[in-house]
Amino acid sequence: MKETKRFFKLLFRSSTGTAGFIIVLFICLSAVFAKWLAPFDPAAMDLMNMTKPPFWMDGGDLHNLLGTDNLGRDIFSRMLYGAQISLVVGILATLASGVIGMALGVVSGYFGGVVDHLIMRIADAVYAIPGILLALVTLMVIRSSGITTLVIVIAAISWVPYARLLRAEVLQLKNKEFVKASRTIGASDGYIILEHILPNVWPSFIVVSTMSMAGSIITEASLSFLGVGIQPPLVSWGGMLSDGRVLLATHWWVATFPGIMITAAILGITFLGNWLRDVLDPHNKGL
Amino acid sequence: MGRYLGKRLLQMIPVLLILTFIIFSLVYVAGDPVALMLPPEAGEAAKASLRQALGLDKPFYVQFLIYITNLLRGDFGRSYEYNQDALSLVLERLPYSVELAVTALFVSIVLGVCLGIASAHFKDTPFDLLVSGFSALGQALPSFWIAIMLILIFAVKWKILPVSGSGTWKNLVLPAATLTILTSAKIVPLIRSNMIDVMHQDYIRTAKSKGLKSSTIIFKHAFKNTLVPVVTIIAMQIPTLIGGALITETIFAWPGLGMLIYRGVANLDMTVVQAGVITVALITILANLISDITYCLIDPNIKY
Repeated sequence: MKETKRFFKLLFRSSTGTAGFIIVLFICLSAVFAKWLAPFDPAAMDLMNMTKPPFWMDGGDLHNLLGTDNLGRDIFSRMLYGAQISLVVGILATLASGVIGMALGVVSGYFGGVVDHLIMRIADAVYAIPGILLALVTLMVIRSSGITTLVIVIAAISWVPYARLLRAEVLQLKNKEFVKASRTIGASDGYIILEHILPNVWPSFIVVSTMSMAGSIITEASLSFLGVGIQPPLVSWGGMLSDGRVLLATHWWVATFPGIMITAAILGITFLGNWLRDVLDPHNKGL
Repeated sequence: MGRYLGKRLLQMIPVLLILTFIIFSLVYVAGDPVALMLPPEAGEAAKASLRQALGLDKPFYVQFLIYITNLLRGDFGRSYEYNQDALSLVLERLPYSVELAVTALFVSIVLGVCLGIASAHFKDTPFDLLVSGFSALGQALPSFWIAIMLILIFAVKWKILPVSGSGTWKNLVLPAATLTILTSAKIVPLIRSNMIDVMHQDYIRTAKSKGLKSSTIIFKHAFKNTLVPVVTIIAMQIPTLIGGALITETIFAWPGLGMLIYRGVANLDMTVVQAGVITVALITILANLISDITYCLIDPNIKY
């Protein structure tokens, strides 16, 4: 309880942090309660109501708040359901890449030698190929596009920053007195990593995670936009944008609203991440 | 310096090898290209003989070794779709990517440096808040949405710029603007925070107390010292601009490397994909190397 109070006290001191928190909370709520909040089934087509404009324009009404797309599907409902995919893929991909990157980074930094060289050269190689390119080629080649595949592919292209960061931190920690002392009294490598190294790298891990989550959400949206990500009937903001692209000349709203959602989500996560970075930075004593 | 350079160049070898292995394995998984290369009425015998001629009947590691040996000779294979040497195809498209990337990078640097310095100078004023707000927004916008909104405004609504294609300077404006928004949004906050740091240094205070003009202080004394991060960020943007422009190039039908690779993937023209991705990766690695060397040249404190 005390911790929660402290958290909010720190949060409300930063205006961007608060803004980020509110946006992220809002998107999480839309994802969780999409089933109850959405006025329509996101996949339900209504061919009598195609490309209806948003309510403030001529021909629009409050029935379909933000209008409908070329198949008469309600854009507002689809945006709420799209939050589910973005968050699920974003969170799972961040967790997966975090676990891979952390394991490789810790092993690389702690054991050094040939293992370190091999892991770091693999990291260099993966990093040299633009992520979206590698993901696109992989997804086309394996011809599968479920959520699981997407999460694995995004994780496979985004573990490098974690690995580099954790390696650097471990290299510093490894020679600290308390680690040396622990080793002298006979602690095993596994014990040292779990008990002494990992607790000390958490703050930087969390900061990289928020940035990585924003990246994963953009990657998912981009891949869905290119047609190799989330497939219908699942709703993704990137996919909605891709549907709206062909209607751009006549029905601007179809592509515009999902783009606003993606931008808001990324902005919210980035603000929250920047705030966390400041709060978790041990040099920043004031906070 | 010489030793450092040698070490870096040596390190490139395993990286390139691993990279080629990743791409080669992906293409291997993609499966047999023979069916796509022959007319549909071709019999099994014709397929088998083509497979043999291409070396596709050999085990994976043998194929990989052959591929590597060919790469070293500059032979990236032939594209079946264009019926052309894959490397020459890549080199044909590369100038388009470079043109787009250089334009976007140049404008981004000019814009980023000017806005960065200005917002550091006018720190905490409404102008600074506005610039910071725009750069935060610019970093959150997905590239494809920027592209679509630019098309909506400039091509559909005002009809002053073409929707897509290449050939005239008008075609370059929208794709370059898309990439510029993304890139300058990353440069501005970096320059700003570095300028603020530098302006607190003792030598700036000395310069101020000598009574120098503030423009002299900013450009002659302060800005020079923010160059290292500028070089880093430029090097970081080059791969994104060349290969990551894939989405932008596809939307605007700009015939660069990204578009070539995207079409290659869509048509399962894997030799082109391999050649394209390896080229992009090579450019990235070289860009990083050059940026590290530039550090030594501009900052005498950095020694390798």
